[in-house]
Amino acid sequence: MLMKIKTPQKGRIRRALEKRAPKLVESGKKTLILHGMKTSNVLNQVLSDIYHLKRANSMKYTRKNDNIRPFENGGETSLEFFSAKTDCSLFVFGSHSKKRPNNLVMGRTYDHHVYDLVEVGVENYKSMDSFSYDKKLTPHVGSKPFFTFIGEGFESVQELKHLKEVLLDLFRGEIVTNLNLAGLDRVYVCTVVSPTRVLFTHCALKLKKSGTIVPRMELVEVGPSMDLVLRRHRLPEESLRKEAMKTSLDKPKKKEKNVKKDPVEGKIGKIYIPDQKVGEVALPHKAKGVKRERREAKLKVKSDNPDEKKQKMDTE
Amino acid sequence: MDSETMSELQEVLNYDIDLGNLVAFDPHYHFTSPAASREESVNESLQHATKLVQAIADSLFNLPSIEDPDGPLVKLPPATTKLPREKPLPKPAPPTKWEVFAQKKGIQKKKKDKVVFDEETGKWKRRHGYDRVNDDNDIPIIEAKMTDEPGDDPFAKRKVDKKKRVEKQEKNRMHNLKQAAKAGSLPSHIQLAAASLPITGTQTAPRKVSKDELQHVAGMAATATASGGKFDKKLPGEKQLKHEKKYRKYLPVVEGTGMASLERQQTEKVLNKLISKNSHELVNVEKAVNMYNVKEDKKRRNQKGKSFTSNKLTPNKKPFKKTTKGGSSHKGNSH
Repeated sequence: MLMKIKTPQKGRIRRALEKRAPKLVESGKKTLILHGMKTSNVLNQVLSDIYHLKRANSMKYTRKNDNIRPFENGGETSLEFFSAKTDCSLFVFGSHSKKRPNNLVMGRTYDHHVYDLVEVGVENYKSMDSFSYDKKLTPHVGSKPFFTFIGEGFESVQELKHLKEVLLDLFRGEIVTNLNLAGLDRVYVCTVVSPTRVLFTHCALKLKKSGTIVPRMELVEVGPSMDLVLRRHRLPEESLRKEAMKTSLDKPKKKEKNVKKDPVEGKIGKIYIPDQKVGEVALPHKAKGVKRERREAKLKVKSDNPDEKKQKMDTE
Repeated sequence: MDSETMSELQEVLNYDIDLGNLVAFDPHYHFTSPAASREESVNESLQHATKLVQAIADSLFNLPSIEDPDGPLVKLPPATTKLPREKPLPKPAPPTKWEVFAQKKGIQKKKKDKVVFDEETGKWKRRHGYDRVNDDNDIPIIEAKMTDEPGDDPFAKRKVDKKKRVEKQEKNRMHNLKQAAKAGSLPSHIQLAAASLPITGTQTAPRKVSKDELQHVAGMAATATASGGKFDKKLPGEKQLKHEKKYRKYLPVVEGTGMASLERQQTEKVLNKLISKNSHELVNVEKAVNMYNVKEDKKRRNQKGKSFTSNKLTPNKKPFKKTTKGGSSHKGNSH
C-alpha cells in the first residue's frame, strides 16, 4: 500500500499534538463538565461550582446533550468523542429526571474510552456564593488541595471506596513533586454519614503561628457543600485496570545541558550570561538642557571649520 | 492531661496519610451520637478534619525544604494511592534499519562540526545547506575520464544520481516509519496518510458527498416514476436531468448522394460483418472431414471384425485428426 507522510505545517500545531501524545509520566488530567437534556437549578450551580474549583484545567460545555447516557450501552459514544476532542480524561455529567433528581455522574476515561463511573445524587446543596467569609482566604486557582476522608465506609463499602478514588482523582489537581508550602490554601472534606451518603465540603485553610515549624491549621468553610447520595457505579474491568495502573518505573532522564564531566577537572559547567545591553538602557530623565548643549556643540563645530565637508570630499 | 495526649497520639498513628497526594484518611472515626441536623454533623466533621489536616501538616512541614523567594519548597514522597493513567504508556520505537546495521558493525555516532574549513575559498563554511562546502552544484568543470562515453552529460548525471539518492532515502524513511507504526510508536506529529486516523481514536473521517454526486442521486430518484420523470414538477433550482445514453441518429432511407447514401453503407457494413464472420459455416469443412473419417472407420471395422476394435487407438489416425481440428479452429479465429 502506498503511504504518505503527513506532518503538521506549523510548529504550533506540532506542539499541540505533542502535548496530547501519551507520556511516560503524566502530570495531570483535564476535566470535561457537561450536562444532559434536562438539568435543575441546583445542578447548574453544582456544575458551575465544580468548574470554578477546577478552573485551571477543565472545560465546561453549556449545550444540551441528548445522546449521552454513560451507564447505558451506546450512550457513551458521544462522551468518548468529546473526551478525545478536548483531551479530557475526567468528566462530570449532570442530568435531572424524575427517577434520578439532581444526578451527577463522575467518571474517568482511559485512552478516551470510559474507564469507570460513579453516580451520585446531590442533596442539601449550598453554593459557593451562599458562604460569607473573609475574601482574603479565598483559595487560589489551581492550588494543591489537602484531602480528608473520614469514616469507616471508605474502606469497607465497595461503592464508597470507589467514590473516594474518583473524588481524589477529580480534585487533586496537578501532580507535583515539589510543593510550595506557602501555597497551601484549601481542603476537601469528605465524611461518611451513612453507607450511602457522603458529606462533601470545600474549606479554605488558615495557617496560624504556633511557635513551632508546623503552623496551626484552621478550616473555614467556603463551599460548595453538599451531600452525595450513592446511586449506580461501574468499576473498571480487571484487565483494563491492570493496564491503566502501569507506570514507568524508570523515569525519563532529562538531558543535562551545558554540563560536562572531565576525568581530571570533574564537573564542568558552561554558563551563558545574557548581553547587558548597556547602550539601550533608558536614562532616568532626559533633561532639555542636554539637548541644547548638544545643539550648541554642533553649531560650534560648524562655525569653527565651515568647509569641513568639502575638505572631506577633497581627500576622497 | 497525659492520658489525653497519649490517646491523641494513638489516634494520629491510626490515620492513613498519603503525603504524595496530601490525603489523610481516618477509617476508625465514628460520630459520637446521631446528629440532629446536617449542620451539626458538618461541624463535627470539620473539627475532625482539622485534626487530620494538622496530622498531614505535621509530617509535611518536617520534610527537608529549600528556601525559595516564593516560599519553602518541599520534595514530596511518591504517592501511595495508585490512580489510573489517562493514556497508555508510550512504546519504545523499534530501531531503524541503519541503527540495526550500525549496531551489528559497531559503528558509533560521531559528532561533526556544523562548519568546515573550505580550502578552495579559504573560508569557514557550513557542512550542509546553503553555501556549503564542496557544493555539487557549484562545480564548474568535471574532468573527463577514459571510461566516459561520448554524449553523456556528467552534470546531468550528477543531478540524476542525487535525485535517486534522495528517493532512496525517502523510501527508507517510509519503511522505518511503517515499522514504527506497526509497533505503535509513531511520533505524535506524524501521520501516515493511508492510515489517516486521529491521533488517539479509531474513527475515520466521514467522506463529504460532492455536489455532483448529490445531483446524480436526485436525478435517479426523479426517474423512478412510470413516466421516467417526464411529467414531474421541477423544484426551483433543479436542473434538467442529464441524458446519459447516446442519441440515436435516424438516417434518410431514400437513396441518394452524401448523407442519403450513408444508410446503405451502414447496413452493408453490418451485413458484411455478419456474413464474413460465419462464412466458413456455409461449408463446414470440419464437419465434412469428420463425417468422411467416420465413414472410413466403419468400413474398415466391418472388414476386419470385432477383434481389432482396439485399433481405434492406433497412432496412425490421431495426428490426422488433430491437424484437422487445430486447422479449423485457427481458421475461425482468423476471420
